[in-house]
Amino acid sequence: MGSLLGGSVVRVFRAAPLEMIEAWTNGQPEAPASNFGTPLAGSASSVRSLSLVRPAAPRLALVAGGALTLAGCGSSQSTLEPASPASKDIAHLWWVMFIGATIVFAVVVVLLLAAILRRGSRADAPVREESRFGRTLVFTGGALVPLVVLVGLFVLILQTLPSTSQARGRAALTVDVVGRQWFWDVRYEGRKLVTANEIHIPVGAAVQARVTSEDVIHSLWIPALNRKIDTIPGKTSAITLRASHAGTFRGQCAEFCGLQHANMALLVVAEPPAAFRAWLARETRPVAAPASALARRGQAVFLGSGCSGCHTVSGTGANGKVGPDLTHFGSRRTIGAVTETNTRDLLGGWILDPQHVKPGNRMPGFRLSGPELRGLTAYLESLK
Amino acid sequence: MATTVERVERLERLWEEPTGIRTALLTVDHKKIGVRYLITASLFFVAAGLEALALRTQLASPRNDLLGPKTFNALFSMHGVTMIFLFVTPMLSGFGNYFVPLLIGSRDMAFPRLNAFSYWVYLSSGLFLYSSFLFGVAPNDGWFNYVPLSEHRFTPGRNIDFYALGLTFLAISSTAGAINFIVTIFRLRAPGMSINRMPLFCWAVLGTSFSLIFALPALTAANVFLELERKFGFHFFQPAKGGDPLLWQHLFWIFGHPDVYIIFLPAVGIVSSIVPVFSRREMVAYAWVALATIATAFIGFGVWVHHMFATGLPQISMIFFSAASLIITIPSGVQIFAWSATALRGRPVLKTPFLFVLGFITVFVVGGLTGVMFAAIPFDQQVTDSYFVVAHFHYVLFGGAVFPILAAVYYWVPKITGRLLDERLGQASFWLIFVGFNLTFFPMHISGLLGMPRRVYTYPDGMGWGIYNLLSTIGSFTLALGILAVIVNVVWSRRSGEPAGSDPWGGNTLEWATTSPPPHYNFPVIPIVTSANPNWDVVDRLADTTRLNRGELVLDDGHETLATTLLDADSDEVLEMPSESPWPLLVALALSVVFVFLLVDHYVVAAIGGLLTAAAVAGWHSEKPRIS
Repeated sequence: MGSLLGGSVVRVFRAAPLEMIEAWTNGQPEAPASNFGTPLAGSASSVRSLSLVRPAAPRLALVAGGALTLAGCGSSQSTLEPASPASKDIAHLWWVMFIGATIVFAVVVVLLLAAILRRGSRADAPVREESRFGRTLVFTGGALVPLVVLVGLFVLILQTLPSTSQARGRAALTVDVVGRQWFWDVRYEGRKLVTANEIHIPVGAAVQARVTSEDVIHSLWIPALNRKIDTIPGKTSAITLRASHAGTFRGQCAEFCGLQHANMALLVVAEPPAAFRAWLARETRPVAAPASALARRGQAVFLGSGCSGCHTVSGTGANGKVGPDLTHFGSRRTIGAVTETNTRDLLGGWILDPQHVKPGNRMPGFRLSGPELRGLTAYLESLK
Repeated sequence: MATTVERVERLERLWEEPTGIRTALLTVDHKKIGVRYLITASLFFVAAGLEALALRTQLASPRNDLLGPKTFNALFSMHGVTMIFLFVTPMLSGFGNYFVPLLIGSRDMAFPRLNAFSYWVYLSSGLFLYSSFLFGVAPNDGWFNYVPLSEHRFTPGRNIDFYALGLTFLAISSTAGAINFIVTIFRLRAPGMSINRMPLFCWAVLGTSFSLIFALPALTAANVFLELERKFGFHFFQPAKGGDPLLWQHLFWIFGHPDVYIIFLPAVGIVSSIVPVFSRREMVAYAWVALATIATAFIGFGVWVHHMFATGLPQISMIFFSAASLIITIPSGVQIFAWSATALRGRPVLKTPFLFVLGFITVFVVGGLTGVMFAAIPFDQQVTDSYFVVAHFHYVLFGGAVFPILAAVYYWVPKITGRLLDERLGQASFWLIFVGFNLTFFPMHISGLLGMPRRVYTYPDGMGWGIYNLLSTIGSFTLALGILAVIVNVVWSRRSGEPAGSDPWGGNTLEWATTSPPPHYNFPVIPIVTSANPNWDVVDRLADTTRLNRGELVLDDGHETLATTLLDADSDEVLEMPSESPWPLLVALALSVVFVFLLVDHYVVAAIGGLLTAAAVAGWHSEKPRIS
């Protein structure tokens, strides 16, 4: 445990050289479809199996901290399943502080128990003398030891700053994330790529997430990849997202932002460079015109029933800015900022009554006939 | 030459207030006002508790739809506002009002009418805030009320106007109360109670009062800015027009973090009162504890930015605030070890008040330790606004303030009612509360570490949060049962409790030197103090009786109390104290007119209310003391 307490943090991943990222991001347009097919059961359960790597230190400490033994297993938004150097540093810091805190707590409890063992009664005459022992205890236990421990902690805190502090300068890949009530706009700098509620990144690369807000304050929090950063109107901040392995990591708005703060999540999909290149190519490509009659009918509904007033589908007349961009909606995994899985049935339910699923969100319900709805969902699903 | 009996009868005549509605409205007796504070604050505590139970019921399972987001947001906002502003601070004010004059051997607060005024404004602003429920527009953007969400663009209803005006209104009460405490503690101490013999509870109230006076203007400024924005189109917080949303956060937390200590200091003052009595030993390192109290109040102003570590501030400033946030744990450490050392070098008596103190120390240490973690910038940035921080501040605030308040209920209510609370029910209530509290809030550490954000009205399943939330909900109902047991105990004891006698615990401070309940004039003779534990100085207390028989320092020529010098508490002058007065209530009512009509945008009527307030203040100042 000594090395855990005192040792400096080992950086597992170095920043990927610029050329490498350029190679990833400018890769061939054609690429095999990656394993995107798995639907999200309950928006999260299938995600968890992807984040497997857990550092050794937490495991030791998990055993040490009996009460928390269950804490590590099985959620994709856990701070205790770090998947990046930054989150590993933070988790390491946590376990060190947890062990230290447990020791301090034990000391105080022992003192109190020792006191209780000396039970007296109301009838005892009060003792009125200074206690040299007492004063020494107060001085050492209350001031001297804490001062030493806190200085040590301060040093550890400073050591953890580099990986978690704000990203500076130019990165090979920059993603602009804008918090909106209640979804995330996602753009890739220098590319015609707008998406929502889903960020794809190549494994191992230091991706800069540059954040701001267009309405109220939100906070981008993807615990497995880094600490949170508030999105504040009129201010741009940035953190680094560097996934150390492939996986899908759930994130969520962490600053209260109104009615649907609870349903403002997003997914970060970290993929091997080839898969990322393929995704990037697909997303930057214009959407093909609908192929089937059903989807064509759906497009007409989309453009004629008001959808296009709020949503953009690049290359069509739809250029609304109120709701998320739907250009490649068919390839996304979820609806309503990870409120529901993107299946045709759930999508249909969402279109008819989004206020039931996510009360207070900006989208009104649409009264559509059966054929219209079938057409519309077919069209949206075709936007790959 | 008057006899002792005649002197006491004369004091009784001078200080007695007739019963009835008139006196109820006009009284300036610190004990009556103190009890009012305690009862009103307790009612708000029950309201906040019911709100919390509703929140916990909604969160018991994933995807629950008992409460919609609208109701949930209003309830969690009002839970926070109520606990912080309408329960803890006024409750401690209630104990302060009742006990500070008794602890320092005085007959009233320094400004009795201002004291009555503080209460009426507190009551009015509390009702003002709660009336928002009647119109379905309760504040709904959290107790922290961040802009831009709370701006008119995003919350157009009057919800936020209730918040901003209500808290500004309440600040008047708190400020007046704080000034009153400071002057009372500085000037009305019994002769001989030099500043280094002052009860630690008074040190705590002093520290808190100074903090309040310096912290509240920041909150008031923020709320005034916000109302100017909402009602008159100013733009302090709008970046498009040169404002900055972070200005709100700075102002709010310049108030908000010291407020943590404003809440916490009097509570630990209670603990420092109880520990020596039940340890049967004088406080170890008294001077250190007194200094720690003041140091905490002072350093408390230098840590607010740790609430804003995730906003993207420059790193160098965050490092400064990180260091300050680490340092502030040292005064708390000193106090914890001073209490432990006192218990360890004494012979503890495990009655209910002391059980709550032991519960407080264990729980508060946990909250303090997680507090240290929030000084660690990256860890703060990871778990702030998650359930981990909810767990942390409930350990600090419920553990650090409500446990001591409950200890004080068992310790001091017998002085107020003259009846002891039931010890067995008391112990049962302690265990229900202790177990219920930990079951409610400990699992929140884990759900927070597992990534659950706070202030969400629902959460998906499959995240691993469900079980911890269910445990929390079960815990919250256990906790509520324990609180119910305390309420039953207090109500029962009023009629059926065992008579307390003047000193049921063998206390070391002056409130135990007078009867339970104390007479209107508190002490038939102003006590003279020679140590920090005056009620353990048996000879001094016998000397009081002798002086009463001789008629020294009885002050029975009028409605009087004694003022002493600031540091050494040498006798200085005899003060003629005011009695029943209509003006405090009238000024409070006139101020209510101002705030109600500001709320509904009738500025002319609000201005008339302002004139009425000025007139009532003038009336107040023209009132002559009643000479008997």
